[in-house]
Amino acid sequence: MTAAWIALALAVIAAPLSWLRLSSRAQEWVLPIALAVALVAQWDLACRFTGSVIFPTPHQTWLASLELIESQRLWGDVVASLFRVTGGFFLAAGVGIPLGLVIGWSTRTFRAMNPIIQGLRPISPIAWIPISILWFGIGDGAGIFLIFLSSFFPITVGTTAAVRNISLVYQRSARNFGVRGLALFRCVVLPAALPQIITSLRIALGVAWLVIVAAEMVGMDSGLGYLINDARNAGSRYDLVVATMILIGLIGIVLDFLIRRLERFDEVRWGYVQR
Amino acid sequence: MSSNPDKVVFQGVSKSFNTKGEDLLVLEDVNLKIAEGEFVCLLGPSGCGKSTLLNIAGGFEAPTTGTVSVDGEPVVDPDPRRVFVFQEYGIFPWASVWDNIVLGIRHLSRERQHEIAQGVIDLVGLSGFERAYPMELSGGMKQRVEVARALAVSPDVIYMDEPFGALDSLTRLTMRSELIRIWEDRHPTILFVTHDVDEAIQLAERVVVFSARPGRIEEIIDVDLPHPRDLGAPEYGQVKNRLYERLGVSHRI
Ligand SMILES: Nc1ncnc2c1ncn2[C@@H]1O[C@H](COP(=O)(O)OP(=O)(O)OP(=O)(O)O)[C@@H](O)[C@H]1O
Ligand SMILES: [Mg+2]
Repeated sequence: MTAAWIALALAVIAAPLSWLRLSSRAQEWVLPIALAVALVAQWDLACRFTGSVIFPTPHQTWLASLELIESQRLWGDVVASLFRVTGGFFLAAGVGIPLGLVIGWSTRTFRAMNPIIQGLRPISPIAWIPISILWFGIGDGAGIFLIFLSSFFPITVGTTAAVRNISLVYQRSARNFGVRGLALFRCVVLPAALPQIITSLRIALGVAWLVIVAAEMVGMDSGLGYLINDARNAGSRYDLVVATMILIGLIGIVLDFLIRRLERFDEVRWGYVQR
Repeated sequence: MSSNPDKVVFQGVSKSFNTKGEDLLVLEDVNLKIAEGEFVCLLGPSGCGKSTLLNIAGGFEAPTTGTVSVDGEPVVDPDPRRVFVFQEYGIFPWASVWDNIVLGIRHLSRERQHEIAQGVIDLVGLSGFERAYPMELSGGMKQRVEVARALAVSPDVIYMDEPFGALDSLTRLTMRSELIRIWEDRHPTILFVTHDVDEAIQLAERVVVFSARPGRIEEIIDVDLPHPRDLGAPEYGQVKNRLYERLGVSHRI
């Protein structure tokens, strides 16, 4: 039944679109918006059909969003989550990028540290929650620590790989023109690795935004994750739950958009053009 | 043959690579003397070890036996006095044309850097593209940047590994005549690797022909034709026939 509705909705949208000859730029906006509208319609229909009283309709979710925006606590929670994410993320970048550059460049350091990093990396940041609460208590400290952990590994491993992948021709050019020591790092190693480092930052920020919500649900008393938990516990307000989820998604899009701006600089654009 | 003193000397150079436990002999007993200011082409079939020989001369790889010396001193490391123009683009895509070109002259004063960089940019015909990034340039222009970057350090020796291999045939012709112009202007010693017979005859004073792997010197052929060289001249055809014969292929297809 549901599949039939999706198919119908898609057909209804696709039919006029295939008639319209849209520029590719317009398509980038029109197609996803049309699909989103179809999905919301589908959601609404599903609620009506099943007659569910707990799961909110799009309209109820919209009202819940307005309620959240009007209430004073939403901004506090948004700021709390963003503060933990940015704090932990920048700390991780500050430690992970230099460390990754050194590990990637020095084979000896790589041999010493890579097994340990690979051993710690698979441990879910969620598994660190008890320890982080033990060390930092319930609050921003634990959150920042968890985000640090979840961003640190993608950034360090990504930077290490970026350096190890630097093309032999660039290394030889540098040697040929007598570039060594710090200048080698500044003029060759860092810029050659930068596109891939930015990609790893992007991945890390995505992971961080996933982890903070989970962490706040389990072990914190503020933030968007806590808001979701609180809405459910305080009278099964699933409309608030869904509204918060959508907000989390939207903020995630904005974060990704912001970090992708780094890819536009002339110094790194070369790393993304092939494709 | 030039009467100038020897610049680059290869003595009994052999090279084998160990891959998967097997020794692959790539170069066998190469002996060659190149005079100062000479333009020599190394010609041979693909895989015969031309790049390897050049890498050894540049100090990027060590020979298995034998030595290469420049000005009588054995080569152990790369040196900015002897620069390499790479087979694949070696210029830095993250730096502008200007920053690429001043790479080897970073230690000089700003004014000197400016003077030299502007000089080589004009020489290779890239004026107006100083601020451009390599990805905004055509293949031929990238290769010019590479040549300009090499010239900026006023090297005594330039090693060129099929520098024009990736270019279309028209651009390749232009680049060749510009290279000759630059060479006549500054007279660096040039070792130029190619597997293109025409290219070798158009450029070189001497062409060193290599056998298929393991690369050995098959013959050294003098090209005593003045520049600019007329591709249609009968002498040219003679040298060409001789080279094709040496390479063991017939060009009459
Ligand atoms: N680092 C390496 N390790 C193992 N084998 C190598 C290495 N470098 C080159 N070879 C081998 O040595 C041989 C010669 O390589 P080289 O690159 O010198 O050839 P070439 O004459 O420059 O060929 P082309 O004209 O195609 O560029 C090839 O068979 C190659 O597989
Ligand atoms: Mg080669």
